[in-house]
Amino acid sequence: MERDSNFILGIFDDEDVLLNAVKDVRKSGIKIHEVYSPYPIHGLDEVLGYKRSRLPIAAFMFGLLGTTLALTMQFYMNKFDWPMIIGGKDFASITFVPVTFELTVLLAAFGMVGVFMATSNLKPWGQPRIFDLRSTDDKHVMAIDIANNASLTTEAISDVLKNSGATEINRKNFE
Amino acid sequence: MQVSSSIREPLVTGGKTYKDVTNDVSRQVEGKPTLSWLLALGGSLVVLLLGSLALVATLWEGIGMWGLNKTVGWAWDITNFVWWVGIGHAGTLISAVLLLFRQKWRTSINRAAEAMTIFAVICAALFPLIHMGRPWIGAIWALPLPNTYGSLWVNFNSPLLWDVFAISTYFAVSLVFWYIGLIPDFATIRDRATGMRRTIYGALSFGWDGAAKTWMRYESVSLILAGLATPLVLSVHTIVSFDFATSVIPGWHTTIFPPYFVAGAIFSGFAMVLTLMIITRKVFKLQDYITIGHIELMNIVIIITGSIVGIAYITEFFIAWYSGVAAEQYAFVNRMFGPYWWAYWSMMTCNVISPQLFWFKKIRTSIVATFILSIVVNIGMWFERFVIIVTSLHRDFLPSSWVMFYPTITDVGVYLFTFGFFGTCFLLFAKFFPVINMAEVKAVLKSSSEKVVK
Repeated sequence: MERDSNFILGIFDDEDVLLNAVKDVRKSGIKIHEVYSPYPIHGLDEVLGYKRSRLPIAAFMFGLLGTTLALTMQFYMNKFDWPMIIGGKDFASITFVPVTFELTVLLAAFGMVGVFMATSNLKPWGQPRIFDLRSTDDKHVMAIDIANNASLTTEAISDVLKNSGATEINRKNFE
Repeated sequence: MQVSSSIREPLVTGGKTYKDVTNDVSRQVEGKPTLSWLLALGGSLVVLLLGSLALVATLWEGIGMWGLNKTVGWAWDITNFVWWVGIGHAGTLISAVLLLFRQKWRTSINRAAEAMTIFAVICAALFPLIHMGRPWIGAIWALPLPNTYGSLWVNFNSPLLWDVFAISTYFAVSLVFWYIGLIPDFATIRDRATGMRRTIYGALSFGWDGAAKTWMRYESVSLILAGLATPLVLSVHTIVSFDFATSVIPGWHTTIFPPYFVAGAIFSGFAMVLTLMIITRKVFKLQDYITIGHIELMNIVIIITGSIVGIAYITEFFIAWYSGVAAEQYAFVNRMFGPYWWAYWSMMTCNVISPQLFWFKKIRTSIVATFILSIVVNIGMWFERFVIIVTSLHRDFLPSSWVMFYPTITDVGVYLFTFGFFGTCFLLFAKFFPVINMAEVKAVLKSSSEKVVK
């Protein structure tokens, strides 16, 4: 059996049932491939055992880059390359604050969103694998890769899903 | 079944299920354009075309087509610029500041408010751009580009240059924030569609699949973007006010300008959101999502910011007297009782007195009253900028330079152009994009409504 192509899907109606189901399924030793839902569910990442996103760190680093670039640019242009002498002072660094702030925000936002797009594989020509069309509408879909749970029979997995509150249990094969 | 608080009103009424949310919002994206939508779009396009005549005249003949003169070098154009930027503050305020404050009611209105923000900022940016006279070479004056004059760089001490950076950053970050929120909803429409629509919305949805890991990152990105956009939105109007506050013109040279302008911006922005949402909810039958509760909460924001603006007017006046500077004192007396007295008192009536009517619950929960007052507020806010800009300039330091400013047909035409542009963009958005953030509304449905799902 090929890895990553045969799945058992547990379909859930309710987010609280789903949260408990994820706990039950993981406790019984089944590895969950991923859960697909139409809206963000708080706490789902924790019960799935995902580590906290490091995107805030990316944002901070890009912000720092923006600050550095903005200050370097302004000092180079208005202090060294063509000194701007105003009121007898060769430069007034306090007036560099607004542009520095704006470029910090700009680079932090764009950098972070860029990293988000890259890590989540979001691109205009992206073709997602859709397990169930209703997962962007009103159903939560728990996908379990059969090959990843070779020690268990599909019947056993289905039983666990059914007992934990799945309203439907389907199979999905990708070619 | 979830039992909601008996004190709080549900955010979404009508006992909607998740499926209902998808259907109600996707309906107008998937359906044929209605007659009223086509008529509105036609009207906007007519205004856009008429206005573009004035725009072409400005670009062809130069800004001599405007009513500006030697004394009043800034008038309608900058008034319109500040007015549109101010309106463009509500969207990001609703989506970013209210997200940080965990105000869940924002979910029904943030999408349309952000769209409005983006279109309003484009309208605003048009004015300084065409005021340059030859905008096609204006990039060299406005951006730090190498040139053959030295290089003679842009002046980073100038608030006008700060504006270039502030407005373009604000536009870019608002656009990204808005688009990130749209991706999951485009995916919802994609998964309901077939054929051509599936291809288009598939590309727009960037291959979104709703995986828990992506949602986790999405939430993280939203939170950080909100954290970045909150100081950004405050900085933008602060910097716009610096255009005036850092000058030495009596009536402009005041330290109260940044907070006063920011409050005014939120005030006018919320009024514009109300104007648009009251029409949108009616036309698209979204009364269960944008409820009287939403309208009341926005009206409360209008009372608060309107009162801040009122206090700022009075403080400004008091400080002008208290400063003992004759020129400063004259500037303010001239505002009230000079030849532009009617503009000053229109501003006072529309901005200070009219929002106080919202203290009455009957008025702030009435759709008709809210709609009328929301327009009154924006008329008042236009006059506020006109009063600040024109009345501070028209009586110059030398009485021999005293003049009046009269707008020309071209001034009015360019303003009309922005209305046509704004209307056209908003109508296209309302038809082809989901006007309500479906994913976020679904996320608050259960915690806010007594009866949900099944």
